[in-house]
Amino acid sequence: MDRKEILSELKKVLAPYTESKEMLAGINEETDLIKDLKINSANLVDIIIDAEAQYNIEIDFDAAEKMYNVGNCIDVISEKINKTA
Amino acid sequence: MNDILNYLPYKSSFLFVDDITSLDENGVTGNYTLKRDAFFYEDHFPGNPVTPGVIITEIMAQIGLVVLGIYLMVSGSKQEGGAMDENSFPLLTSTNVEFFKMVLPGEKVVVTSKKQYFRFGKLKCLVEMHNAVGELVAKGVFSGIIKNAIK
Repeated sequence: MDRKEILSELKKVLAPYTESKEMLAGINEETDLIKDLKINSANLVDIIIDAEAQYNIEIDFDAAEKMYNVGNCIDVISEKINKTA
Repeated sequence: MNDILNYLPYKSSFLFVDDITSLDENGVTGNYTLKRDAFFYEDHFPGNPVTPGVIITEIMAQIGLVVLGIYLMVSGSKQEGGAMDENSFPLLTSTNVEFFKMVLPGEKVVVTSKKQYFRFGKLKCLVEMHNAVGELVAKGVFSGIIKNAIK
């Protein structure tokens, strides 16, 4: 799965947690989950858990700490996917 | 089991836990009896005291999330939570509660909570409250975290 594919899947994962639907439609690697998408910081945990199910991966504490913007999320997810593959 | 109550950060008028009757890593059951002279009854509503929904929610959160959360942190698995010290306190991060029955002054309520997950310091539970005759009073999904005091 390349970064573009991960990004489009990630949109679905993020959708239930943001009110900024327009912002979500136009996300890029620089988009900040809390500042731009106005996601409740405690819901980042739910996003990580949903991402684990979506991509069939396991995300540990150290990886989770990096996932504050879209690019970092893709980094972590693509690294974990390649590990499982 | 009630030793855990010593860890609760609430005092007097905002402590809403009397007794914990069951507690393990997957859930908790506890109860609280509403004090007839509680501060909120005089004004909610004058001459017609009814327990406010926010107080019902608080009772559910204190028993269902805070007691269980403290237990999970004290009993290990610290890598998932982090310890709670005197400078930290529990914060509710989301609830969606439905209320089915009123609770009147002096009523005893029983709260049961089932853990959905405890990860990265966040605890999420399905919490139910029943009254003394076993009727469902309120039900909802609660989430909370431990926050360090800003000093």
